[in-house]
Amino acid sequence: MTSFLRSLSANQQVSLLFVLLFGFLTLASATLLVLSMRDRPQDDAQAPKHGLRLKDYQGLVRTSWLMALVFWLGWAAGPGVATALFGMVSFFVLREFISLSPTRRGDHRSLLLVFFIVLPLQYLLVWTERFDLFTVFIPVYVFLAIPTAGALGNDPQHFLARNAKLQWGIMVCVYGMSHVPALLLLDFPQSPGRSAFLVFFLVLVVQTAMMVQHIVSRYRGQAVAPAVSASFNWYGWGAGVLAGGLLGAALAGFTPFKPLPAMAMAMVASVSGSFGHLVMKAIKRDRGVTHWGPAGSSITGASGLLDRVDALCFAAPVFFHSVRWNFNL
Amino acid sequence: MGTKAMGLFLLGLIRLLTGAQARWYGCPPKAEQRIYFANHQSHADLVLIWAALPSELRSITRPIAAKDYWTASPLKQWITTGVFNAVYVERERKGDEDPLQPLIDALESGDSLIIFPEGTRGFEDEPQAFKSGLYNLTQRFPEVVLVPAWIHNVQRVIPKGEVIPVPVLCSVTFGTPVQLGEGEPRGEFLTRARNAVVELRDV
Repeated sequence: MTSFLRSLSANQQVSLLFVLLFGFLTLASATLLVLSMRDRPQDDAQAPKHGLRLKDYQGLVRTSWLMALVFWLGWAAGPGVATALFGMVSFFVLREFISLSPTRRGDHRSLLLVFFIVLPLQYLLVWTERFDLFTVFIPVYVFLAIPTAGALGNDPQHFLARNAKLQWGIMVCVYGMSHVPALLLLDFPQSPGRSAFLVFFLVLVVQTAMMVQHIVSRYRGQAVAPAVSASFNWYGWGAGVLAGGLLGAALAGFTPFKPLPAMAMAMVASVSGSFGHLVMKAIKRDRGVTHWGPAGSSITGASGLLDRVDALCFAAPVFFHSVRWNFNL
Repeated sequence: MGTKAMGLFLLGLIRLLTGAQARWYGCPPKAEQRIYFANHQSHADLVLIWAALPSELRSITRPIAAKDYWTASPLKQWITTGVFNAVYVERERKGDEDPLQPLIDALESGDSLIIFPEGTRGFEDEPQAFKSGLYNLTQRFPEVVLVPAWIHNVQRVIPKGEVIPVPVLCSVTFGTPVQLGEGEPRGEFLTRARNAVVELRDV
């Protein structure tokens, strides 16, 4: 299997991956369609719960289609377009984050700076492959610029808390997310053209780990931090990380890594992704909602995109930097 | 042609910045003659509620615009007339002319209206007391359905004194229609109408 995969050109491999991905999504959509046409359970107490869960899955499949299309477009049209597309995803999730984090009138200039200068600049740095600057631009320069703009806004009330909110928003939604297209631009001298897989690798591994964790923790284990997440427990977490690692090893043929390093990389991504998801849950709890989207606070009209990509936002930078250091890129 | 392109551009821009989500509670979006009345905190209110309506309703619904502000420059005038098909009202009473006359004309010709009964923009979270225009209109046109609406978050998009909007998700919640009771006094009706708007804040 692995030797067959290696004999294909990089482009053929990606095409194969897309055929598999879209095939899988078509299957998932068809299954949900059949499920939605089936009779509802007669038991009244179960009926609304069942409908809600179905809706949840439908939402998940819809987002998956959207993400798959984004990846496909990004791959077909080149890294420039991919960077722009992820820049837009960044914009939308940051909009959700800011909408649920009350800002004051004095923050207006800082917000303008974040949305219209920092976000495009960060993606411009990715696109032009200035990796050294792109790594420090937000944590060093922007983290100094935001409070400065805030202080010039002449409003000291809750100053530290307000700036922390903004900086967290940028860190997760812009800095984290921008590492996904950056993976496309990594250049592996031994195996050129393979960095396109790294994005798939990362996304597939992290999503699988999250899904396995979600399913396993529903049936076994005791919540570690019930005030933050009713479902997070070490049993599910371990199962998720292991599943992510195994999938990573299985996908090694597609990547520039050998199976064991691929497994280690996948586990690093799964660990940071699942912890990131937990951190975002704590932030949401602090805001008094369970989702960024309609289920928690329908008032904002958010679609909950951030709920779907938060693990990715945490996993991408950790994954990116460990790849770079391990392979001296 | 130009106004149509401008309309589409504005619609896209508003959706990108705010999402312009409409939430229909208490009544469905329906092509009957209506007066939508909402809280007023920003110049963007008018634009947002216009964008939140479904396109079939948008074409028969006319927002009220303050004449002195929205005709101050040719661009503002062109947008409010061409794109929003707005009804201009005077904020200052001039001579004997009834300030409600343009609204009465619009209602007589069968249009729906978007009005802000506070008169001017408020800066507090709670809307100010409603002015009597809403009462006078419903007395004169009892068959027109009065739909309360609450506009969320829009004051964060452009606070007073700022020029460039920031992207923050906004929504408009439409509530159960209000009716003028038999012989209901003006003050009571206006308080009830205002409460109907405020209640939508927490839906």
